[in-house]
Amino acid sequence: MSYTVLAAVSGLSAASDSGDGFEAPTPEEFYQPLFGSGDFSFTRPMALFAISAVLIAAFLIVTTRKAAVVPGKGQWITEQGYNFVRNGIAQDIIGSKEFLRYVPLLFTLFCTILVNNLFGVIPPFQYPTMGRVGFPIALALLVYVIYQVLAFKRKGVIGYLKSLIPDGLPTAIVPLILFLEIITYFVTRPVTLALRLFGNMFAGHLLLLLFILGGEYMMFHADGIHMKVFGAGSYILAAAMTVFEILIEALQAYIFTMLAATYIADSLSDHH
Amino acid sequence: MHNIATAAVAVVSEDKVGERPPIVPHLGELIFGAVVFLALLWVVAKYVVPKLEQAYAERTAAIEGGMAQAEEAQKEAEAAKAQYEAQLADARAEAAQIREDARAQGAQIVAESREQAGTEAARIADSAQKSIEAERQQAAVTLRNDVGRMSTDLAGRIVGESLEDETRQRGIVERFLAELEAGQVTPEKVGGASSGDATVAGGSPSAGGATPAGAES
Repeated sequence: MSYTVLAAVSGLSAASDSGDGFEAPTPEEFYQPLFGSGDFSFTRPMALFAISAVLIAAFLIVTTRKAAVVPGKGQWITEQGYNFVRNGIAQDIIGSKEFLRYVPLLFTLFCTILVNNLFGVIPPFQYPTMGRVGFPIALALLVYVIYQVLAFKRKGVIGYLKSLIPDGLPTAIVPLILFLEIITYFVTRPVTLALRLFGNMFAGHLLLLLFILGGEYMMFHADGIHMKVFGAGSYILAAAMTVFEILIEALQAYIFTMLAATYIADSLSDHH
Repeated sequence: MHNIATAAVAVVSEDKVGERPPIVPHLGELIFGAVVFLALLWVVAKYVVPKLEQAYAERTAAIEGGMAQAEEAQKEAEAAKAQYEAQLADARAEAAQIREDARAQGAQIVAESREQAGTEAARIADSAQKSIEAERQQAAVTLRNDVGRMSTDLAGRIVGESLEDETRQRGIVERFLAELEAGQVTPEKVGGASSGDATVAGGSPSAGGATPAGAES
């Protein structure tokens, strides 16, 4: 697939030599302020994020307002998602003793990320909110604060540090392991949690953008019959990758939620 | 689309945020994202999850109630089955008892009838014996009379006159016969062989016939 991309890009660059050629989409295009400027401008992803929150809240409240023993259609759909997070993630990972306290957080995380990711391919939104690093950082930061506070409250500072060291470790390498574990718990985990989600959404969307814009350019603006063929190929690949992208979007929502549950479970458990 | 985006960037050309590396967050988006997410979390925790958990609890209760009910029904069915089985066993035992009784009764009846038959047979045999005895005695008496008469007749014929009345009166024949029976008289040759023929001829049969009779009685 990457060869095709390269071929397309090289074809484009050849075309761009002839004056007003194709301009490949850049990361800068993800920044779309609606009004205002600078760090406090109101941007398109902010609007989308707000819309997603309203949609999620409305859907969940409407379908569960009259939650019945025998669910209706809407309640059934909500329950499928809720069941998945509650039993498939929270209960399995955190354990049946305390998982219920963290179900609202995990369920909200899952819904929010899933809907915002799917916005990447759903018209008229067609913008993955999580492709703007600020949103994944906000969510990861929240998870980070929660699991660190939990760990310190449960174990205390000494207990927390002790719990980072596996049992039966030779004394000589304890400092090294402790150093690595501290980096893992305090730096790697939150950073990777945010960047994994951001990277997947950003790169996936950029790739779709490249194939669709490139296809459009070759189809309608470039000269030569072979360019039409390339353009058609580019569109077909874009369609295939859209399907693939939907899979990744759902998968990333699941991964983020599952990792959040894992970190919380780690903070609650006594041992490493 | 990229043209529009480029135009947008161009409009806010003083805004350098778009030129940042994509990994550096837009502060507004970060804060906005956190606030909106917390608001959504609050809504979910306050209105959605409690309702769902309540429905779950009710469902669990309903299922457990149904299960308890089913368990009760099963218990009842088992009790009924046990009762039926007990009744069946009782009936079987009763039937066996009845059969046993009938067998014992039958055996008793057979024994009784056998005994009865034995008694009857003994009685019949007894009475037959008695009647035989009676007939035998009668025959013996008759025989005795006949022998007496015949012998007196014979003797009268030999003597030439009728000894009948006299003999009868004197009971000679009886006495003789009694003596014969008692073994006091032994048959012997009286006189010569020619004269003794008659005595022997007359006495021998009577002695031969009387001796067993006498011994028997």
